[in-house]
Amino acid sequence: MSPVPPPTSAMQPVLRALRLPQFGWGSKIAALVLAVIVVLTLLAQWIAPHDPLAMNPLARLKGPIEGHPLGTDNFGRDIFSRVLIGGQLSLIIGIATAVVSVLIGLVIGMVAGFFRTADAIIMRMMDALMAIPSILLAIALVALNGPSVGSVIAAITIPEIPRVVRLVRAVVLAAREEPYVEAAIALGTSMPKILVRHLVPNTLAPLIVQGTYILASAILTEAILSFLGAGVSTETPTWGNIMAEGRMFFRIKPELILYPGLALSLCILSINLLGDAARDMLDPRLKKRAG
Amino acid sequence: MLFKTRNFDGAPVALQARNLTVSLPETPGNPQVLKGIDVTIRQGETVCLVGESGSGKSVTSLAIMGLLPQALKVATGSITLQGQDLLPLSQAQMRQLRAARVAMIFQEPMTALNPVLRVGDQIMEVMELHTDLPVAERRARARAIMEQVHLPDVDRIFRSYPHQLSGGQRQRIMIAMALVLEPVLLIADEPTTALDVTTQKQILSLIDELQQKHGTAVLFITHDMGVVAEIADTVYVMKHGEIVEHGPIETLLRQPRAEYTRKLLSAVPSLSPRAARAVADNTVLRVESLNKIYGGGGILKKLPQAHAAKDVTFTLPRGRTLGIVGESGSGKSTVARCIMRLIDPTSGRIMLDGTDIADLSRRALRPHRQKLQVVFQDPMRSLNPRWTIAESLIEGPLNYGTPRREALAEAARLMGVVGLPQDALARYPHQFSGGQRQRIAIARAVMMRPDVLVADEAVSALDVSVQAQVLDLLDQLQRDLGIAIVFITHDLRVAAQICDEVIVMQRGAVVEHGPADRVLSTPAHSYTRALIDAAPGRFWDFHNFRELPKVNHAEPA
Repeated sequence: MSPVPPPTSAMQPVLRALRLPQFGWGSKIAALVLAVIVVLTLLAQWIAPHDPLAMNPLARLKGPIEGHPLGTDNFGRDIFSRVLIGGQLSLIIGIATAVVSVLIGLVIGMVAGFFRTADAIIMRMMDALMAIPSILLAIALVALNGPSVGSVIAAITIPEIPRVVRLVRAVVLAAREEPYVEAAIALGTSMPKILVRHLVPNTLAPLIVQGTYILASAILTEAILSFLGAGVSTETPTWGNIMAEGRMFFRIKPELILYPGLALSLCILSINLLGDAARDMLDPRLKKRAG
Repeated sequence: MLFKTRNFDGAPVALQARNLTVSLPETPGNPQVLKGIDVTIRQGETVCLVGESGSGKSVTSLAIMGLLPQALKVATGSITLQGQDLLPLSQAQMRQLRAARVAMIFQEPMTALNPVLRVGDQIMEVMELHTDLPVAERRARARAIMEQVHLPDVDRIFRSYPHQLSGGQRQRIMIAMALVLEPVLLIADEPTTALDVTTQKQILSLIDELQQKHGTAVLFITHDMGVVAEIADTVYVMKHGEIVEHGPIETLLRQPRAEYTRKLLSAVPSLSPRAARAVADNTVLRVESLNKIYGGGGILKKLPQAHAAKDVTFTLPRGRTLGIVGESGSGKSTVARCIMRLIDPTSGRIMLDGTDIADLSRRALRPHRQKLQVVFQDPMRSLNPRWTIAESLIEGPLNYGTPRREALAEAARLMGVVGLPQDALARYPHQFSGGQRQRIAIARAVMMRPDVLVADEAVSALDVSVQAQVLDLLDQLQRDLGIAIVFITHDLRVAAQICDEVIVMQRGAVVEHGPADRVLSTPAHSYTRALIDAAPGRFWDFHNFRELPKVNHAEPA
């Protein structure tokens, strides 16, 4: 697996939120927590004290001991290393889903919003897509293609696309009536240019916010899919897979579920808090003080 | 004489504001929005507050209503209503006072009314909140007040929702709501600005009639000197939060003392048309039986059609200005948008320099686009807020292959022509005033060296003094570059100032067409005459501080 790409869509509001004083402690702590999680998982290869797959029959289900800060699981694998490495795949899938669904949704939404003839057809297709539950779609895709990261990303991305399309279409419908767009038509600007230069910038602010929500929900959905056995291959450590395996022994050793669950919850909570902060910042009406 | 000459010196004072100062305490420097103003309104009197945008006239009304935004605070002074000091009152006490003793009507009745409640219920709600009348009595009074504001078919309108009524009817409902509790003072904040002139005339005479019936004091806020001349007993002229002059209407219009008042009055465009210019013979734009029909589609049932433009025909020579005048819904903007090919005409020909552009495809139209440019009404929205002025100006020339450097040089030159500093190019639209933005929009259109400029209500959103400057600029550009202008407006004064020829439109059809001086001084069609009669202050020559010579109307044909 290639290293995690820089998570721009998540980090951008983080950076802005840190710079702006009007944000409360909630979003600052959220930014800090998320930064710690991202750095730890990014550098997991170097930080993790053990190979997450290396079994050690002599040290099964141990508590925190020398060399295993969070203890070991039923195969004697280091929980700390597994949670770190597992986070990588969770974040990759989350970010890939957010980026892919936002990009595809942006293009489809622009077309639907700007070209009236395409609108009705595209939006009915989007309605149909929206009716597909991602869990069922994932199970179907995994059944067809076998468990792979690609299937999981596709399964989570497809149902998210209509949400982005609706958002972009609404923004474009409003913006295309603006006199400056009509003036651009009169100035002989071509349609693709008007779309890219006049209309796309209007959609960026709401898309950043929507992107963070997709990111959070994609990480969660991935965990659910893994937990149900419909996600990536069960041997690969992801937060969902670790929890699914831990299910058997969690009466004896609740940490098996506690630590990956904690990482997952903290990660999603902070992304959502930052998404809220970004929304407040980008929507002038929700700003605490009017400019 | 048509001015009001009533004397109110003996009438009891309804409202008095003394040394009223409103400031922004949380902004550095504590700027003052109102600087110690004094206003007295007596029972039965109509006081007009006039001023351009930012003069503080609306802040004055909000201060009286106790509705100032959080950031604004009354710093000094007093406001007394029939001797009762309003400033120390609590929120709850003010709430009791509003509607019952001080009522307000606003510019846009659609947003002031609740869209999901029937208007009859909204009138009854006012009484429910402020009186303990039984339901039957409230209903009876609501109907009575609706009769008084001359709403037709009260039974039906009582049960209607706001969107089912016309703008004038909605404003009548607002007035009914305001007056149903017989307040001492009615504050009207630009109540007719969003209405057509003929509707405006009706609403103004309605306010006048009800005022005389109930003896209400009226504080009328407006930017329109014509309206002032029609309705005011006393005028207060405001500028930058100060009252520069006040006095009885006739004295103020005949002998304005303050320099600013003179300037404001001189800027009001005259209703007498400009001198006709020699007719040029080289036609640049010819429109032949242009039709635009909306609707009519539908799969199962044929939908109703709207004929927005019916057989519109005109020719426009180079260097001349054609005015298209009409009220909202007359189809004047439809014609403009068809000419611009922002919408596709249903039938007809649009000959631009000898080429019919009515049916050209997007691609085939592209070379012709640059000959046809447009300036819109709303200067806040006609420039992309994310782009610098330079980027907006060179967008068009770059589309047609002008090198960036040349386009930028031309943009810099045009900034000088439209009277803006060179450094304006690097700035963003929000850093400019409305008038400056409109100049930029004109510069952007002129960058393309167009043959025809379509100005769609291009000065309607501007203050009169700025309006005069923009009209001068258009005139100068026309003389220098020989641009032909299609000037869409609802304002006969503006049309009289700038147009050589005028088309009057009503419900999509051209009802009168001819040279501006003929159409405006001797209108042949009854609708044109109604429009001219409804123009507020038509009897007064603001520019020369005297009445206009008697206007002769041709007898209806």
